Amino acid sequence: MRRIVILLLLAAASASAQQPVLRWGGDAEGGAPFVEADPNDPAVLRGFDVEVAEQIAKGLGRRPEFHQVGFNDIDQSVQRGDFEIGMSGVEDTPARRRMMAATIPYFEFHEVLTMRAEDRGKFPTMASLRGRRVGTLGGTIAYERVLAAEKSDGVICISYDDDVHPYADLRAGRLDAVLLDNIIAARSMRRVPGLWTESRPVATSHYIGVLATGNTKLRDEINDVLRERMRDGTLERIYRKWGIWDSYQPAFFAGVLNADASAKKAAEGGGPAQNLDVVVRYIPALLRASLITIVLSCAAMGLAVFVGVFIASGRVYGSAPVRALLTIYVEVVRGTPVLLQLFVLYYGLSSVIRLPAFLAALLGLGLNYAAYESEIYRGALEAVGRGQLEAARTLGLTEGQVLRLVRGPQAFRIALAPMTNDFVALLKDSSLVSVITVIELTKQTSIFAANIGSWVIPGILCAALYLVLSLPLSRLAGRLENRWKAATE
Amino acid sequence: MSGILSIADLRLRRGEREILRGVNASVSSGELVALMGLSGGGKTTVLRCVAALETFEDGLIDVGGVVLRPGPPPPRGTIRDLRTRVGMVFQLHYLFEHLSVMENVTLAPVHVAHKPRPDAERRALELLETLGVAHRRNALPRELSGGEAQRVAIARAMAMEPPLLLMDEPTASLDPARRGELGETLVQLTATGRTLVVTTHDDDFARDFATRVIILAEGEVVEEGDPRQVLTNPKHEATKRLLQSARSVADG
Repeated sequence: MRRIVILLLLAAASASAQQPVLRWGGDAEGGAPFVEADPNDPAVLRGFDVEVAEQIAKGLGRRPEFHQVGFNDIDQSVQRGDFEIGMSGVEDTPARRRMMAATIPYFEFHEVLTMRAEDRGKFPTMASLRGRRVGTLGGTIAYERVLAAEKSDGVICISYDDDVHPYADLRAGRLDAVLLDNIIAARSMRRVPGLWTESRPVATSHYIGVLATGNTKLRDEINDVLRERMRDGTLERIYRKWGIWDSYQPAFFAGVLNADASAKKAAEGGGPAQNLDVVVRYIPALLRASLITIVLSCAAMGLAVFVGVFIASGRVYGSAPVRALLTIYVEVVRGTPVLLQLFVLYYGLSSVIRLPAFLAALLGLGLNYAAYESEIYRGALEAVGRGQLEAARTLGLTEGQVLRLVRGPQAFRIALAPMTNDFVALLKDSSLVSVITVIELTKQTSIFAANIGSWVIPGILCAALYLVLSLPLSRLAGRLENRWKAATE
Repeated sequence: MSGILSIADLRLRRGEREILRGVNASVSSGELVALMGLSGGGKTTVLRCVAALETFEDGLIDVGGVVLRPGPPPPRGTIRDLRTRVGMVFQLHYLFEHLSVMENVTLAPVHVAHKPRPDAERRALELLETLGVAHRRNALPRELSGGEAQRVAIARAMAMEPPLLLMDEPTASLDPARRGELGETLVQLTATGRTLVVTTHDDDFARDFATRVIILAEGEVVEEGDPRQVLTNPKHEATKRLLQSARSVADG
């Protein structure tokens, strides 16, 4: 993944080294205008979230210290104590307010629909997108909104792990619209030509900072700093500098300063009953995701076996150039990460051939595992005794018949147990395809976890489902192994 | 009696080693020839050359009109013709491990001779009955004793009705009683017009059942003739050594 690893990014002057630090976390992969590495000096961070964090630290009499964290892991990381406050486009959701100590909102944004310029005005609302494919960033309010529209308006929800590929896929025709924050939409329109964004917002929300559950004292101090900076125009100055100040902000600021309505909303929250509700609500989605996992794994294994048999036969029986070619294939596929192969298949080749996500996932996993399967089959073919082959030849069998009737069946018995083990491995590796927007069991679980703000229940459910899928296979492998072992005694 | 196998000046080397140094032999239809010699004398190699499992450097092999020449493996057509004339029973039997006894015997008749399966099975059962292993027809090779496996291997080769059957060390894994039974079986086969070439260490077996014995030493034929004469009054030094070693050890 194109993850920029940045450790300590705020260059601290030696003078301020004595000051206490405010450890804050964000995702520099999120990029401008939130948090990004300065193109001129990647060790320096910039962005409006960076400047807001600086203001908070200044107000507290501390020195800001940045910690890189994946966008989806900000909550977990704060709870673990990796840093005191997480903030880089962190959205204000009921779940966050329930699970974490959340600050007052400091910016108001809107979920807006972006479409191809030629579709301008065609999809003003979610309802107008019935039967269409709508992309968004997984684990966000926008994602929840699209998911809701899947039920109510019949749109097709496509979830991404980042906010760059949805717009690229929109341009490429894989999507009909993207629903995301207006800031991200505006940024993407600058990057990707030929897009148009509907100005009427689909939903409104806010960015907040999150602190660990018990850390309310620091939270309250931070809230005071934020209110002060709203009042004295510092935040307005920062937002204007980054081009995100708009007509909605003055009213939003006024609302926060007067009633602090959002903060009150925090107290309302929901009890454990609602938590259980969410769990029940997610179970059908998890089961559906399990089905995708098993269908994808079975189909990919089928492809791997089919291609693997050909590669193995070619490597045992083929001419020297064929053998060399197949050896190169096997070594390249085994020597590079399957994640990279999936990216190349789905995004890299999209200008040549636009594969649907599921097909790309199937091909990626299938062709990758074919290399491993072919090695098993090659070993198995070579393990069949020469005497068996000579006996078959003296009976008049052609080489093709020897392979089909004697060598192949015997090799298959040798290969069966390792093949079953590979199938179990494939079942688990299928979780990698979430990077190309296929929502399978692991991805669905992480969405679930992000939504309820905890990994405990989703993690247990997910593990249980994988075990239900893989245990029968492992047992089968064990039994076959014993059976053939007995056979050769 | 007409010649079914003739071997002329057969030479074979593997690396530095000269394994066959000009073997000459001819076998007539209906004979049971015992090919004898010390280990490493080249007996098995001669059989493997006749079955086209080995290539050779010089000489000529004629199997009922199919001619094998020195150099690269013979073309497919020659191999196909050869297979209809020669069958082979290996010392270690090499029954197909994944197939039952019946399937072992019917594999070639069904897939090579394209016989209907019921006909192939009927014939296989006859062969297995003649050889006394019909009751094991559903067993897998790993469930058979050495003697049973050997008889199944003979049935498998016989199912293709080759006029010439080569057997590599059939007596090696048998006790004396079983050796007698095998001898009777082979004599019966020659009575129905088959020709057998059998490599063996066992001079008693050769004396009792073979119509002719050929002694091979260091890649050459050193003596041949009536088994009783050759093995009772050996003329060649190698034959004497062979008989001595057969008295002390009977190895494979």
